[in-house]
Amino acid sequence: MSTQTTTPEISSPGRLSGAAWGLALVPLILLGLVLTYLVVTGGGLTELSGPPVEQVAIQRITLPEAGIIQIEIVNDGPQTVTLPQVQVDDAYYMFTAEPSTTIPRLGRATFTVYYPWVEEEAHAIALVSSLGTVFAGEIPAAVETPALSLGLFLQFGLVGLYVGIVPITLGLLWYPFMRRLSRQAMQFILSLTVGLLIYLAVGTWLDANEFAAELPAFWQGIPLVIFVALTTLGALLVIGRVQRGREISPLSIAYRIAFGIGLHNLGEGLAIGAAFASGEAALGTFLILGFTLHNITEGVGIAAPIVRQNPGWRHFVLLVLVSGAPAIIGTWIGGFAFNPVLATLFLAIGIGAILQVVWEVGKLMARDAVKFSQPIINRVSLSGVVAGIAIMYVTAFMVKF
Amino acid sequence: MQPSTPKGFSRRRFVGLGLGGAAALVGTTVLQAAQAQANTPTPTPHDMGAMSPDSEGEYDSHTAAMLVGAVDHERNGFDPMQMLVDWDYGSQTGAAENGSAIREYDVSAGDIEIEIAPGLFFPAWAYNARVPGPTIRCVEGDHLRIHFANYGSHPHTMHFHGFHPAEMDGVSGEYRGAVNPGDSFTYAFDADPFGCHLYHCHAQPLKRHIHKGMYGAFIIDPLEGRPPARELMMIMNAFDTNFDGGNEIYAVNTVGHEFMRRPIPIKVGELVRIYLINLVEFDLINSFHLHAHFFDYYDTGTTLQPTSRMIDTIAQVQGQRGILEFRSRYPGRYMFHAHVSEFAELGWMGFFNAVRPEDYDAALAEVGLDEEWDYKSTHGSAVEQEA
Repeated sequence: MSTQTTTPEISSPGRLSGAAWGLALVPLILLGLVLTYLVVTGGGLTELSGPPVEQVAIQRITLPEAGIIQIEIVNDGPQTVTLPQVQVDDAYYMFTAEPSTTIPRLGRATFTVYYPWVEEEAHAIALVSSLGTVFAGEIPAAVETPALSLGLFLQFGLVGLYVGIVPITLGLLWYPFMRRLSRQAMQFILSLTVGLLIYLAVGTWLDANEFAAELPAFWQGIPLVIFVALTTLGALLVIGRVQRGREISPLSIAYRIAFGIGLHNLGEGLAIGAAFASGEAALGTFLILGFTLHNITEGVGIAAPIVRQNPGWRHFVLLVLVSGAPAIIGTWIGGFAFNPVLATLFLAIGIGAILQVVWEVGKLMARDAVKFSQPIINRVSLSGVVAGIAIMYVTAFMVKF
Repeated sequence: MQPSTPKGFSRRRFVGLGLGGAAALVGTTVLQAAQAQANTPTPTPHDMGAMSPDSEGEYDSHTAAMLVGAVDHERNGFDPMQMLVDWDYGSQTGAAENGSAIREYDVSAGDIEIEIAPGLFFPAWAYNARVPGPTIRCVEGDHLRIHFANYGSHPHTMHFHGFHPAEMDGVSGEYRGAVNPGDSFTYAFDADPFGCHLYHCHAQPLKRHIHKGMYGAFIIDPLEGRPPARELMMIMNAFDTNFDGGNEIYAVNTVGHEFMRRPIPIKVGELVRIYLINLVEFDLINSFHLHAHFFDYYDTGTTLQPTSRMIDTIAQVQGQRGILEFRSRYPGRYMFHAHVSEFAELGWMGFFNAVRPEDYDAALAEVGLDEEWDYKSTHGSAVEQEA
């Protein structure tokens, strides 16, 4: 009995015949039938259906001009919701709804409320559903939402410049100095870079979760962040392996660091731009100054892997652009066309990219340590990592509130 | 180019429907813009009330402080405007030895979904399928028999404010107690004292039974009657639509901002008498303020002399009520509302439309009323019914 092989054709790696594909369709056809049955008859579960569940997410509240409040709404509940009335500050106000006050599941609507909002004061929004459920939103400090104008575009660009390009350029200017450092000092700088990147990974993770929490429920924001970050990490590691046979060049590592930091700075730009647009942050020069100081270490991190071989000034310019320019782009997007889904995705990719460079720089240090027969974690490398985290932590005092 | 007027002055918005041409008048200079504004008929809430959020058009942000759209009174089965004058005298089924009438009323309790603001539905408990319940009106001394049947899903009672024996108090857990679903009970007592009273359900939990809609006016006319007047019954009520212990909609006779869209027609010079009752739950106090008029107030209506004279605002706690009397001097629209601004902006706000007698029919027609409403509002007294 046991010697009889019963199903040789399954283990044979032949091509699938048409009939075999037909077999694959059987469960799908049955699934279709079951779904049709459930939709048409209720599947004998109509008794189980509870009271209606109404749920919507307020995506964005803007103040395009005096006397007008615009509310962007997504229905992330299980069924259609009608929102026939709108309160602002505990008062009903007339409004128009585009396309309709009735929003299907996953549908969107923009409500325009005619309310004389008051500059720099807070306002509370409440959307009342046809069944009396109340969905609340807030305007923390009313400021006219910036409209796209050349002047503001340039100003936002300037903010991005101060937050991204300037500090990274300054940080990179330590490069000539770094080339003159001893091997041990360089080991310290590299581990400092790891510390810096760990700080950024944590920060980016928290920022991503902040955006993810605001997303409509069906996006499953936080799992989305985790999966995108892991996928990015995996993909970048696989791309690294493609250059099998030779080590990843230090310049390549520098570019990877720049890429990860760039995505982080994109997120920073998004947050700054969105805060500007919503009037949430009184973004004075103090905050910009804080970001400039905070981000200067990023330049050191990018320069660290390439101290042994100078790649030429063109590469330095490109590294600055890859890591710093996203701050400008982020500020523009955040200020003029903020999209929480894209923001979450960018930041999640950033987490993956930063984790990957932590891995690569770590390997670089490990090789170095092995060459000089030192333990990978030694006094110098540990103090470097701690110093990297500490510098980022302390300089962040100026930008966190 | 936008006219370079100071911020705030140039931003006034016009009603988009039918006023596009007027809006185009806004010129390129300050002067022209100001002139255009002066020439544009001011959009009133009354004009804007007909619009729905899904229609084209814009609102003036300074006069758009109102619920948008209109309630389907036919679907509700009752109209706040009709409730102002909808007196229920019961049926006179005889007379006692002392000559007082025996009046019998039929009241049933039930569950009903009502539209309390345009598009906003509330799962109410109601007497006679309306919120507030029927306005029970009689003359002092009348022998009342109120046949109460409960068709609802919860036990209910009818608890009247007035003199009556303890067995007729309509409180759950006492004497007859709550009337269970499917059961009935007859409350029998004499109407006393005359005044502006109320009845409500006194089943537990009390708060929920009241704010779900179980209340109504109970008006006992004095034997000698009151001076002829246009009489209106107003119950100040409110609804907690999300059951969080705070009201989302405030109103007079249930529908928020109804009398903003449909001003109540009165005649200049005539005596207007309002039976005002506060049944708002959760909030400690409610009030009634009438613009550009002063009124006499009879607290609880148990006296024939005013308890306050020449006032324009009166406060009432929960369950408090009274009678207001005033006359209009000048024709025009006059606002009345709670002088608790929050309640006013959440629905408790309306207009009187005072017109000269010759314009009265037009004023009635404008808000969908007829001579019958006029008759009921000027012939409300139960004394007159008995005569």
